[in-house]
Amino acid sequence: MSKEQIVPPASVGATTIDNRDKNDLGRRGFFKWLTLGWIAFAGATGGFFTVMVRFLFPNVLFEPPQSFKIGFPNDFSRNSVDLRFKKKYNIWVVRDDESIFALSTVCTHLGCTPNWLQIENKFKCPCHGSGFRMTGINFEGPAPRPLERYKISVENDGQILVDKTKNFKWEKGEWENPESYLTV
Amino acid sequence: MAQEKNKKSFLERMGESQVWKSIIRSGIPRTRRQRMYAILGNVFLHLHPARLPKHAVKVGYTWCMGGLSFFLFVVLTITGILLMFYYRPTVEYAYTDIIDLTEQVPLGIMRELHRWGAHAMVLTVWLHMLRVFMTGSYKPPREFNWGVGVLLMTLTMFLSFTGYLLPWDQLAIWAVTVGTNMARAHPFIGHEGPGASLLAIGDINLVHMGSDVRFALLGGRFVGEATLLRFYVLHCIGVPFIAMIFMAVHFWRIRKDGGISGPL
Repeated sequence: MSKEQIVPPASVGATTIDNRDKNDLGRRGFFKWLTLGWIAFAGATGGFFTVMVRFLFPNVLFEPPQSFKIGFPNDFSRNSVDLRFKKKYNIWVVRDDESIFALSTVCTHLGCTPNWLQIENKFKCPCHGSGFRMTGINFEGPAPRPLERYKISVENDGQILVDKTKNFKWEKGEWENPESYLTV
Repeated sequence: MAQEKNKKSFLERMGESQVWKSIIRSGIPRTRRQRMYAILGNVFLHLHPARLPKHAVKVGYTWCMGGLSFFLFVVLTITGILLMFYYRPTVEYAYTDIIDLTEQVPLGIMRELHRWGAHAMVLTVWLHMLRVFMTGSYKPPREFNWGVGVLLMTLTMFLSFTGYLLPWDQLAIWAVTVGTNMARAHPFIGHEGPGASLLAIGDINLVHMGSDVRFALLGGRFVGEATLLRFYVLHCIGVPFIAMIFMAVHFWRIRKDGGISGPL
């Protein structure tokens, strides 16, 4: 055997092409498939992780509804605080001279639930003594800011709808937003 | 002398028995080389260095706080698994199961061991960090392991936090309510955080109360049934699993970065 006859079958070059199997990939073909394989793998992995993150966000919640109807505007008398929804939905429905709004029952100090004192005309927190006016503005005790208001609107059937997923903070000037009160 | 040579001691006979040799390949280690093989050939010991520098066992230098943290992690794993036999993570049963564990189940101290062990582990992890900082052991080539250690400290705190909710009493519920409210303010992924309002398509906010990071943590919009289950799974399986991976890396890197640091 002379030296020139030894051609390794795996080497790539014009002289060896005829020796190759028809199904042989060749170097370029190999890298093509390798790249494709890696892209597919990265795609599948990325897809799986996306699905995994999405899995943590449930579609159905077993919680009390955050958006609910509370009745017609005429059910609420002028200059009064309606306590009917305090326990069920954690809101007070307040009607003053020109508007109706829904106040959060969570004290802005440390999250206790204040009480409406009719005679003194104020909300008073039993935990640390924070006091709020009927409008929700704080005026005594350690509470640093007024109570929050929730989105309020009138449905097609004339009933008032309160949406607790959107809140309005006085200190951000959000009480000016027409979604935060109903004009009556 | 001849008699003594012929008469084999119990240890020698044990070291030559097939049972011993099948389990611990190296026999009774006599030489330094054999001792090293005994360490290397044992799955539990092989993360440990085969030979220690003298200063590594000086309690005055190391405070043994890393070792104690790991010991407490093992204690918490064992007592935690035992507690899982009695505790049901539902709103209906969680609180009463804790009462049952302390008052009716034999060895009611098990729950206290778990609780005090957890407090102690937070302490030892912080003291370990203090020691590493004060001795300058965070400096290159150990800077990566310091990073791993900071992650492990965070995981320790998160284990404490998730475990805090499980008794399902007023303290637990309100502590976790306040704690998770901080997630609201997370930049971009918390709905009250800076930048969250930028992530919107037209009028539709992508990050709101029902889609932000706090929602994923609680499994809802406030602390409730879903949160209890979620924290239970994180506390018992999720976080310990991640912590164990990082602990393996942490211990491995101590050796790879040149062993335990010594006094200058």
